[in-house]
Amino acid sequence: MLPLDLSGLGRAGIDLAYVVTGFCFGFVLEQAGFGNARNLAAQFYLRDMRVLKVMFTAIVTAMLLLFGADVMGLLKPGALYINPTHLWPGIVGGIVFGVGFVIGGYCPGTSIVSLATLKLDGLCFVVGMVLGMVCFGETVSRFRAFFETSGNLGELTLAQVFGVPQGLVVVLVVAMALGMFWAAERIEAYFATR
Amino acid sequence: MKRRRWKYLDPYLAGVLLGVVLFCSFVVFGHGLGASGGVAVLAGMTEAALLPEHASRNGYLVNLVVSQDRPWDNWAVFEIIGVALGGLVSGLLSGRLKVETFHGPRIAAPVRWLCALLGGAIAGFGVRLARGCTSSQALSGGAVLSAGSWAFMFSVFAGAYLFAYFVRRLWT
Repeated sequence: MLPLDLSGLGRAGIDLAYVVTGFCFGFVLEQAGFGNARNLAAQFYLRDMRVLKVMFTAIVTAMLLLFGADVMGLLKPGALYINPTHLWPGIVGGIVFGVGFVIGGYCPGTSIVSLATLKLDGLCFVVGMVLGMVCFGETVSRFRAFFETSGNLGELTLAQVFGVPQGLVVVLVVAMALGMFWAAERIEAYFATR
Repeated sequence: MKRRRWKYLDPYLAGVLLGVVLFCSFVVFGHGLGASGGVAVLAGMTEAALLPEHASRNGYLVNLVVSQDRPWDNWAVFEIIGVALGGLVSGLLSGRLKVETFHGPRIAAPVRWLCALLGGAIAGFGVRLARGCTSSQALSGGAVLSAGSWAFMFSVFAGAYLFAYFVRRLWT
């Protein structure tokens, strides 16, 4: 049954497993071109849809593998962490983050990769991110109610929201991703000829 | 421009590889990937080390680091150490490990540094408010079809696309 029982690895073994996982993650991000802010920002000017393609291919791949494992009975029910839904802080935080993303050119993971490959703009982003997080910690007491309780819906999946089977959501997400990839290719082709 | 020794990976192939790493994280640990959580812990530890009195009176920091025996002993910290190492090795193998600044053609490097600092600060605040970043919310929560993660993901794209017009001078 999955997830695996890691207790035999010991504390250091588990820590090492996280370093190895992070290594693969960082390696793929760099190979994808995400250590370069210009590749990331181009997404928002429709010149290069790399961010969308990589993100949605990754989500679809992981989703299908997890769904397959679940259907085959390999997954312990309820064992996967599903991010709890805090709707309004998530939406406001997402918009704020998106604005920071297009000004700063990175997101947290990609800025670490950029810094690791000695990019000075990546270094500045990471320093800024630390300051922004400190700023959040210093001010959150003033909007604690918004942060903790507004739109707090607990663990909630799209299937529950729409009242449909999980399998249907999986199919719809795949269809949406394919539609977006098709559109992304068309948009790139359009700007390539201009 | 110097010719690159190695091109970037095809985005769909990179996406499949990233998806497999994400899937492995779920079946090994029971949760997905994360990047901002580790940075938040390190940021909190730095603040607590510089201003211990102040940190002990801030409930958020007490929770995050002050009350922890070994605050660094957190999976998210080990994961970002791995992310940095993986990026470093990939950059080294692909001839992309060098000191430089990526910026649009119409601005100079110092302008870019200031914008990266400012954008990083805004993003850092937003990430904590949203309880996660592109990795821990959008990718991980997206793959397990969390409603809040999908709302977050579309909000990120909405915020970035809506604001892109105002900062087009930085990139185009």
